[in-house]
Order: sequence, then structure tokens, then C-alpha cells
Amino acid sequence: MIVSLIIPAIMLIILTDGLIKKVPIFSCFTDGAKEGLKTMYSIAPSLIGLITAIGMFKASGALDILTNFLSPVTELIGIPKEVSPLFFLKPISGSGSLAMLNQIISDNGADSVVSKIAAVMTGSTETTFYCIAVYYGATNIKKTGYTVPCALLGDFASMLTACLIVMYNV
Amino acid sequence: MFNYIWCFIIISSIICSVITGNTNNLTNSVLSSASEAVELIITMTGTVCLWSGITEIADKSGLSNVIAKLLSPLLSRLFPDLDRNGKAFGAISSNVTANLLGLGNAATPLGIKAMKEIEKEKALSLKKFTADRDTVMFVILNTTSLQLMPTMIISILESYGSTQPASIVPYVWISSICGLAAGIISVNIFYKKEV
Repeated sequence: MIVSLIIPAIMLIILTDGLIKKVPIFSCFTDGAKEGLKTMYSIAPSLIGLITAIGMFKASGALDILTNFLSPVTELIGIPKEVSPLFFLKPISGSGSLAMLNQIISDNGADSVVSKIAAVMTGSTETTFYCIAVYYGATNIKKTGYTVPCALLGDFASMLTACLIVMYNV
Repeated sequence: MFNYIWCFIIISSIICSVITGNTNNLTNSVLSSASEAVELIITMTGTVCLWSGITEIADKSGLSNVIAKLLSPLLSRLFPDLDRNGKAFGAISSNVTANLLGLGNAATPLGIKAMKEIEKEKALSLKKFTADRDTVMFVILNTTSLQLMPTMIISILESYGSTQPASIVPYVWISSICGLAAGIISVNIFYKKEV
């Protein structure tokens, strides 16, 4: 029940704070919503490309071959094999993992444990290699030191936690 | 690199479908996927726009500055070498706040500014432009960043008729914090000698 209050509570706090500080609330809202449109506009082409590619990967049977191939490993850790492609895709591509999430939900149904795990995995981290490329690309730093191993350890920990907490709490 | 991955996915699908005799399925999926993608994007746009509108209010009202101030004791423990009133520290706390609120468009420029300021403050040009503990820590804060409201994920669940799409939110918080903790701990382990 508390979960169903998260979104209304955040909205209430933000709107009340805006009213107290006499912010032009509605025009701020529409400005922000415009930014949202820009975000969606900018990711739409890559999402179309990747959803098509992953749809083909599923339809050809290649996705099932891959997840079955990885199933000894996922069984060992005790997580569903369907989410295994996300472990590779999530650090590399944000749109790619959204496309994979879309595929997993459409195969398993929105209320299944597998879909929930995939959703939490996708929502919990940023696209690691994109962040690294953007931030180091903007500076003169040539050697990234231990950035990649630390970032991947963080990603792995968060995705594994996602699997475990959803599986034992749903 | 992504060029190769995208082509690899498509080409291996085509080869696999020929081997398994699924060419009919494959053709149908090519024809339907692209339009399904557009439908999904349109459904997602509603939630994403609504939420970025709400967070914009929080940003304009100064609520995000309040959050940045609340975070600064935590951040100063993560960056003990940086001047707490310096430009680098200011840019770091604004960037972390923007990530938290999901202001992606604002977070990236702030992050770039933070990296440049750390580079200046720590004089990395004298150290052969090698990333030090602070730059690595900052990038890790971004790669494992916690987003209070993962709107895109919620909207995909919602578009497939999930009964309670927002129920994933606490799970996202917990696993994000675990990832963040693992990232921070590993930075501290890797850079122990230099601290």
C-alpha cells in the first residue's frame, strides 16, 4: 500500500513547495514536459532500430539458443535464464536494454516475476560505457585507471540484487 | 563498437532463422517490430513528459538545491580531497541531484563540468592525464546512479497492462543503492594505496 503512495506523495511535496515559493507552476510543468518530448524524440530512432533487431533475434530462435546456452550459469546463481542477456546489454546500451526489456515483458506478461526482475535490472543503473565515454571524452584524461572494473562491479552487484530481491519478495 | 553489435544481432538472426527454418517468423517480426516500437514510444511519451514536467517544478522552486545541500555531508566523505566550497564539489552535488531527480538533460553537462573542475583542482595534467581516485569515484556515482522515479521503465510496464507498475520503485531503489555501494567500495579498495 505504501508503494501506491510514492508517486502521489512526491507530486504533493513538489507542488506544495512550488506554491509556497510562488513558482509559476504550470508553465514550469509545460517547459519540463517539452524536455520530456525532446528526450523521447532523441531516443526514438535508436529504439526503433533496436526493438526491430531484438524482435528478429527472438523470432529467429537465436535468443532462446543464447539463453539456453547461458542457463547453466544462471541456474548456478539461481536466477531466471530469460534475464541473462541484460547482464551484457545493460552496461553497453541504454536503448538496447530497453528493447530487451520490451521483448521480455511481451514474452512473459507484465505481471510475471521475470518481467519484474528485468524491469528492476534495467531501471537500477545507467549505461556504464556511455557515461565513461562522455565524461572522459570531455576531459583531457587519457588513462581511465580502474574506472571500468569498478563500474562493472557496481553494475553486476546492482543487477544481481535486482534478481534476488524481486525473486524473494514478490 | 555499437555498429558491430547491432549488425551482429540482425545478421545472426537471419542466419539462425535459415538454419532453424523460422524465416516466416523472422519476416513477420521485421514487419511488425518497427510499428510496435512506435506504439510503445508513443505510450511511453505520456509518462515521461508528465514526470519531467513535475521535476522541472522541483528544479525551479529550489527543491533540488535543498537536496544538493542534504547530500553534501555524504559527498564530502566520498571526496575527502576536494575543497567543500570549491567549484568541483558544487558541480558534483548538482550533477548527483539532477541524476536523482531524473533530469538527464541537465545531469550530463553538469557532470562534464564536474570532471573538468576535478581535473583542474587536482592538477591531473601534471600526472600524465591519468584518472585519479576522485574522477573514478565521480564516474562510478554516475554509472551506478540512483533514479528516484524510473519513468521509462514504469511506462513500459504500464503499456503492457501491469496491474501495479509503480511497485518496482522500491526494488529499483534497493538494487541501485547496492550497486552504488559496491562501486564505492571497489573504488576504495583499488585506490587504497594512494589515499
